[in-house]
Amino acid sequence: MNRLLTASLEWVDARFPLTKMWDEHLAKYYAPKNFNFWYYFGSIALLVLVLQIISGIFLAMSYKPDATLAFGSVEYIMRDVNYGWLIRYLHSTGASFFFIAVYLHMFRALLYGSYRQPRELVWIIGMLIYLALMAESFLGYLLPWGQMSYWGAQVIISLFSAIPWVGEDLAVWIRGDYVVSDVTLNRFFAYHVVSMPIILLALVVVHILALHHTGIGSNNPDGIEIKKNKDPNTGIPLDGIPFHPYYTVKDIFGFGIFLIIFALVMFYAPEMWGYFLEGNNFFPADPLKTPTHIAPLWYFTPFYAILRAIPDKLLGVIAMGASIVVWFLLPWLDRSPVKSIRYKGWIYKFALLLFSVSFIGLGILGMWPAEPLYTKIARVFTFVYFAFFLLMPFYSVWDKTKPLPQRVTY
Amino acid sequence: MKRLILVLTLLLPTIVFASGEVKLQQANINITDKAALQAGAKLFVNYCMGCHSANYVRFERMGNDLGLTKEELQENLMFTAEKVGEMMNIGMKGTDSVNWFGVVPPDLSVIARARGVDWLYTYLLSFYLDPARPLGVNNLVFKDVGMPHVLWDRQGWQKPVYEQVMDAQGNTHEVIAHLELVDKEKMTEQEYQEKVNNYRQDVRNLVSFLDYIGEPAKLQRQKLGWKVILFLIIFSIVAYLLKHEYWRDVH
Repeated sequence: MNRLLTASLEWVDARFPLTKMWDEHLAKYYAPKNFNFWYYFGSIALLVLVLQIISGIFLAMSYKPDATLAFGSVEYIMRDVNYGWLIRYLHSTGASFFFIAVYLHMFRALLYGSYRQPRELVWIIGMLIYLALMAESFLGYLLPWGQMSYWGAQVIISLFSAIPWVGEDLAVWIRGDYVVSDVTLNRFFAYHVVSMPIILLALVVVHILALHHTGIGSNNPDGIEIKKNKDPNTGIPLDGIPFHPYYTVKDIFGFGIFLIIFALVMFYAPEMWGYFLEGNNFFPADPLKTPTHIAPLWYFTPFYAILRAIPDKLLGVIAMGASIVVWFLLPWLDRSPVKSIRYKGWIYKFALLLFSVSFIGLGILGMWPAEPLYTKIARVFTFVYFAFFLLMPFYSVWDKTKPLPQRVTY
Repeated sequence: MKRLILVLTLLLPTIVFASGEVKLQQANINITDKAALQAGAKLFVNYCMGCHSANYVRFERMGNDLGLTKEELQENLMFTAEKVGEMMNIGMKGTDSVNWFGVVPPDLSVIARARGVDWLYTYLLSFYLDPARPLGVNNLVFKDVGMPHVLWDRQGWQKPVYEQVMDAQGNTHEVIAHLELVDKEKMTEQEYQEKVNNYRQDVRNLVSFLDYIGEPAKLQRQKLGWKVILFLIIFSIVAYLLKHEYWRDVH
């Protein structure tokens, strides 16, 4: 039996680099041995992506992308399809947890300088994944065809019309109509189930390939390069351990804990008091009835708050765009001699704290109606948000850093 | 780092929504109470289904979940539908309802998820006589609503009791303090309380039913959830022990 397996593997290996790929990415991919809590979220994001694709396939079997049938078909899934409610809640809860995982994954990068040289491309590809994810969730949110689906899409697409000269035409081109309609629903369905998942999967593969590229490898909480200290005989990093089995077993434990929290929400609070599934979205879309308060789901609200904080529509759209673009520049904005927050001084720690408070603050304000006081607070937060990035070339140099250790610490 | 997490956690309770002007009363319903759901179903088909449909609800599924036999369902809850596999549709035409009420009465399948049970509970308690309205009634939670007070024979008519309030500019306004039954004087205190409580129980039953039809799977998911979580806890313990075993030679 064993000989047969070995022979089969040899047969495959002669025709496809199976063992080579297994070794490069798992069995002989040496990851730093001091990963902490924050390093669970990459693999968790991957787990959620798989969950979303599988639950999505089953949803697509019963969903109808037609303005007169869409809302009812979701209710049909919830009532008449066997375990349809489970499939639907997996998908709706998964959407929010995808962003939770991705935001924590990104925060990890801010903590330990994972975006720094030589991982600039890993970071940029990661940001592209984040953009694709935003597009994917926005497209998917139209599909239940509730009031918030409809008016949320109406508001976001109308942002394109703020672009001078071509804006109006561009918005019509995106919608395929003068208002969000059946045509829009159909094309959003096509993007959501075909184009975006392909792009997302391709980007995830590229993200991992760039990370595993020879000479790069994973960063760690100390922000030092483990590949600088190799065993002279084997060439294996002294602080590295093979990803498989060490991190595969560790991540499986992480999956367990994550899924407990996921299941708690999915089975006992799938609406999450309106944060994951909004009450207003249980009213069928009505093009003639504008809701008094339109807000996107929680994962977009920081950017929505920035948009509303700027009094001019075009400038608001520009600020919102810039608030995402600025993340791409991070590898070149940070000029600190060290990567990890562990060896940075109080200035960076304070800046990161202010930024986190602003980001969460903007997220909260983005859910609330734009009252004058809230708008003023949102402006302060917006200022801090941009200052964190744009002043980084200065304060990261002024910041007093601590000496780096030779080997990783725990 | 730990301090940062602490600060972020402290910010969480500030995430609250600003709510409407009228304070909503708590419905305090329990959808596992089958008797309440059955009473609610009876009220629903008798009082609501004249104008409101529940297009996504199948009689058969509802009967099964409420513990009713096919015969009980057909005799007590199905007036126009013939087969138990049918949906809870109605015969009233949209064009007619626009003529009569100004709007098409909304489908009530998922109304409890859209409005929330507390809103529905308070809404059904808050109809009052208002001669200025075409149907003679208004509502505290839904101003100038097109719906008549269908449950008046169970509640009785309510009239508003006004009070004077002063605003920031020093002007006094007359606002509705609360509602009370028009026939309050004709009843003893005990009769009055009984009438009010009976109606509250009716509304609670009806809202329970609406909550149930809003998400029939709620009964299922709460039953399944803890089993899944128990499995995941055992899985995590085993996974932890496995990890611990493997990592022995790293530490």
